Parts: sequence; C-alpha cells; structure tokens
Amino acid sequence: MNAPTIWIAFPIGVGILLLLISNQRVLSVLGGVIAFVLAVTAQFVPIELAMSVGGISLKIDSSLTVLGRTLLIQPAEGPLLALIYGAVALWFFGAEASKSANRLVPLGFMITALMVASIAVQPFLYAALFIEMAILLAIPMLTSMNRIPSKGITRFLIYQTLAMPFILLAGWLLGGVETSPGDLALAGQSASMLGLGFAFLLAIFPLYTWVPMLSEEVSPYILGFLLWILPTITIIFGAGFLDRYSWLRASPQLTIALRLAGLAMLVTGGLFAAFQRNLARILAYGAIVETGFSILALSVDLRLGIPILFLLIPSRALGLAVWSLSVTVIKEQVETMRFGATQGVLRILPFAGTGMIVAALSTGAFPLLAGFPARLALWESLGRESISAALWMAVGIVGLLVSAIRSLAVISMAEEYASWEPRESWTQRLMLGVGVIGLFVLGIFPQAIQHFLTNLPLMFEHLGR
Amino acid sequence: MALTISWIAVVIILITATGLLIVRDWRWSIILLAVQYLCMFILTLQHWPLGMASVKLVAGWMSAAILGMTRSNFAAQDFEETGIWPRGRLFRLFAAGMVLLIVSVVTPKVDTMMADAGYAVTGGSLLLIGLGLLHLGITSNILRVVIGLMTVLSGFEILYSTVEGSILVAALLAVINLGLALVGGYLLIASNTPDGVESE
Repeated sequence: MNAPTIWIAFPIGVGILLLLISNQRVLSVLGGVIAFVLAVTAQFVPIELAMSVGGISLKIDSSLTVLGRTLLIQPAEGPLLALIYGAVALWFFGAEASKSANRLVPLGFMITALMVASIAVQPFLYAALFIEMAILLAIPMLTSMNRIPSKGITRFLIYQTLAMPFILLAGWLLGGVETSPGDLALAGQSASMLGLGFAFLLAIFPLYTWVPMLSEEVSPYILGFLLWILPTITIIFGAGFLDRYSWLRASPQLTIALRLAGLAMLVTGGLFAAFQRNLARILAYGAIVETGFSILALSVDLRLGIPILFLLIPSRALGLAVWSLSVTVIKEQVETMRFGATQGVLRILPFAGTGMIVAALSTGAFPLLAGFPARLALWESLGRESISAALWMAVGIVGLLVSAIRSLAVISMAEEYASWEPRESWTQRLMLGVGVIGLFVLGIFPQAIQHFLTNLPLMFEHLGR
Repeated sequence: MALTISWIAVVIILITATGLLIVRDWRWSIILLAVQYLCMFILTLQHWPLGMASVKLVAGWMSAAILGMTRSNFAAQDFEETGIWPRGRLFRLFAAGMVLLIVSVVTPKVDTMMADAGYAVTGGSLLLIGLGLLHLGITSNILRVVIGLMTVLSGFEILYSTVEGSILVAALLAVINLGLALVGGYLLIASNTPDGVESE
C-alpha cells in the first residue's frame, strides 16, 4: 500500500463509481463520509512508518512510480491532506442542501485527487499538467448538457488552459537559471513566464473577469468549491517554486510583484464588491479577495507568511462553503440575484441570509469570525514591512465590509408587516446553522485548529523556518 | 532532407492555421486541424523518437475526430460571430500577416532560449501559438475556441518536446488534448440543446 494510491488513485476510482449514483442524499453522505475517512487517515496514520494492527504489520509507502516518474506524498504532507480532504468532506456534506451533489461529489473527488497529484508529482513542475486535467473536469461540473454554455465558461477554460504552457516552460527555464545563476536575462524571462502562468491560474487582476461572470451563470455552490480548491492548492504549488529556488525566494522584485498582485486583487475585489448590486457577484469578488490575501501572505517575511497562508485555508474553506450555500439557497427563491429582486428575502430565508452576511463579514476580517485571526496576523506582518501596503489592505477590507452591510440592508428591507416564513429545507437550515456556528468557533477559538496547522510548514524544505 | 521536410511542415502550418481563422465551414476546420497535427508530428520528430512523436499524431487526430463527430450531429450552419471587433476575412488575413511578421522577428531569440531547437521547429511552434491566440481573441464560438486552444497547445507541445522527453509528460499532454476535445464535444452538445436554458 502506498500513499498516492490511497489519496490519489482511490478518490479517482470512488469518483468514477459515484457517477453511477443519482440520489442526492446518498451521494452527499457517502462522499462526505469517504472524504472524512481519508482526512482522518491522513492525520493519524503515519506514512513510511511500520504499524502493527491486530498482529499484522502495515506500512504506507510514500511513493508510486508512474511511467518513469514518481508521485510522492511525504510524511510531512499528511496534515495538509487531512486539511484538504476534511474541507472536501465539509463541501460534500453541504452538497445535498445545495441540490448539486450529483455533479459536485463524483467530479469533486476526481478534481481533488488530481490537485493532490499536482502536489505529489516529481519533478514538481509537472503539477501544471494535473491542474489542467482538473480544470477540464471542472467544465462538466459547472455546466450541464441541457444548458447553453455561457461566455464565463469559455473564458474560464481559455484562461486556465493558457496557464499550463507558461508554467511548464517557466519550470524548464528555471532549471537553466539554477545551472547558470549569473544569467540575469534568463532569470527575468523565467520569472516573467512563471508570473504569467500563475496570473492565469490564480485569476490575478485583471485576469479574473471570468469569476464574476461565472457567478451569475452557474450554481454558486459548485463555483464556490472550485474557487476554494483550485487557488488553495495552486498557491501551495506556487510556494513550492519559492521553496525550491533560493534566488527566487531571495528576489526583492518577486516580493514586490507578489505584494502588488495581492493588493490589486484585494483592493479591486473589495471596491468592486462595495459597488456591486448583485449578491452572486459579491460572492465572486469575495473569493477574489480571499486569493488576494493568500498571495499577500507570500509577500511578507516567509517565516510568518507561510503559517499565515495555512491559517487562511480553513477559514477560506468554511467561509466560502457557507457563503456559496447561502447564495445558492437564495438563488432558488428569487428571479435574479440583483438587489431589486432580493429585497426582504431575510424574512423568507433567514438562515441563508444570515449565513451569507456572516460569511461575507468573516471574509472582510470582522472580529470574532473565522477570517479575523489570519487577516489580523497578515495585517500586522504587512504593516511591519510597509505601512502603505497595510493601508491598501484596509481599503480592500473596508470595501468588503461595505458590501456585506449593503447586502444586509437589502435583504432585510421587507415590507412593514411582512411575516417571518422560513422556506429553507431542514437540511439547508442544519448545514447553514452548523456552518455559521463554525465561523464563530473558528473566530473565537482560533487555537482549536492550531494542532492541525502547526506542522504544515514542515512540508517545505526552506519556507516557514 | 529532414530540414527541408520541416520547412515544408512550417509552410503547411501557416496555411492551416490561417485557414482555420478564415474558413466558415466546420468540416474544413476539422480537416485543417488534422493536417496541422500531421505537421506537428513532423516537427516533433526532429527531437523525439517515432514512437513517442506518434502519440501526438494519434491523440491529435482522435481529438479532431471527436470534435468532427460531435459537430456532425447538429444542423449545418456556418460559424456565427457577434461582437464589436472587425471579423471579416480580410481583417483576419491581415492579423495573421501581423502574427507572421512578429514570429519571424522573435524566432531567432526564442530559438536561442530553447537550446537551439532549430528555426523550423521554433518558427512552426510560434506560428501555431500566435495564430491560435489570435483565433481565441476573435471568437466566442465553442468549436472555434476549442480549435484555438488545441492550436496553441500544439505549438507549445512542439516547443516543449525540444527540451523535455519524459514519457509521463507525453502521456499527460495526450490526455489533455483528448480531454479538451471531449470538453469541446460536451460544450457543443450543450450549446445545441433545443430547449437549452441560457444560464442558471
């Protein structure tokens, strides 16, 4: 038995088998339980360490050789796998409430496995190929055969596909820089190529136009899942470049570029959200801002930035899950997601309305919510290095908070004598209720998840030390 | 001899990639795409053994077949384009000429970067990338978008084959090509659904 078989091949197989099931509840529960078991296994079963279970000696090998190359899951990556599959379990449990389990669970398993493969493959720059395969699987997840594909879908496909050639070529050029470090021109070319690749992949400003477009066109819950898993693992893959190449890590230009890119996403995302009049698009800008925070974390002192990057992951997963589920539930009950059509929905969808506002506030670093501890730490680290950058970060956060308050004003603007008539199903109420409580718990007791995050930086050889 | 064949392949690539920009009949597009994959195979052969280069040809032709078979199920209609940009054939030819000019200027520099892959190989791949990107820039038609992406990827694959000979990479790129064709087929079916809903 080896780790890549358990956390890559097995989930792909499960995903294929789950395509045969059409019952939403069965899919949601089965997918959630399997993902949870994978997470628990990753957290508590050591890799490359012999164990005795009932007299039988068991050892999970860390590598699997495929076509002359290796898929390698190191023992230090166990907590990361636990975090990823734990969050995937959360998304899958909520899939029934969003009525998207038949697409989200089977394809979600395959996409997650491919993203894990992108972290595991050696040489690591081949990751771009696995990410591209995940992108291709995301298309049938986003749109069904009886819906005319929108421009957002084609733009998503184009932008994400264009990333792969840039990253593969950059990887090859970076190898050249390693052998001749004095060649500044080559270093510049490879860094630009890498930057372009990640700009496409992470939808960095101004290449994120497909995100708000898609938010209006597809199921917000499915989009939320993709906007969580794709950038999260891509950023870890990107951090792998920094870990591998010391000249890249030490480059002050790269730090500036990362800071500018992160701030551009934060400020534009926050401001666009503040002036937006569509609840689904506000969710999209929220996800863009989340990616901005993660990129910004890579631009501060990496001894602090890497732990902050990992601290951002749970709050992003939970926040986006609650936000996108809430928007999905609201979308079922209204004609459009524009402010005009969603006035007063709090009276008929109190759980979804509350979930949306709390999740938006959490993304906007509102105190006592899940997003606050990581953002506070990031803000503090950024402020130590550049006051102006910290101020720009504040602009983005204020934009998000304004959008949350505007949304709250709109959904609570009911007619004077309108009564409270909750229309959410019991499953939706349960999932949203648990999610909102989780956002408070993570905000009030951030140390609760610290046990899982402490060892995560160990997966890098040089970063976070 | 091999060099002459490579240059002939480059000329054919110029014709096919430009042809893909201007033809309006989807059948011609599929034929041109298939010929383009043959030229890509010839250029890849300069650096890869026959067996591995054939993977690209087979995957490319299978992808073209998937797109062609899917498209043949729907009523015959020309590519319809809407938008604010000029989309006439003359404009496309002019734009293709600009790409050719840029490619001829940057080929020597890129060739040096890519470990002296050879002007024919570098030029051919850059032509595919440039004309593919141009194609993506002026269309929103699903079939054209997928063909544009395949053209860009073909160009990249030629260039990458000069520096990377891994079997795993060749296999994954073939899977991606086939996957792209399948996604294209899926989107084509969705866009031709009679009772299709515009968006959710």
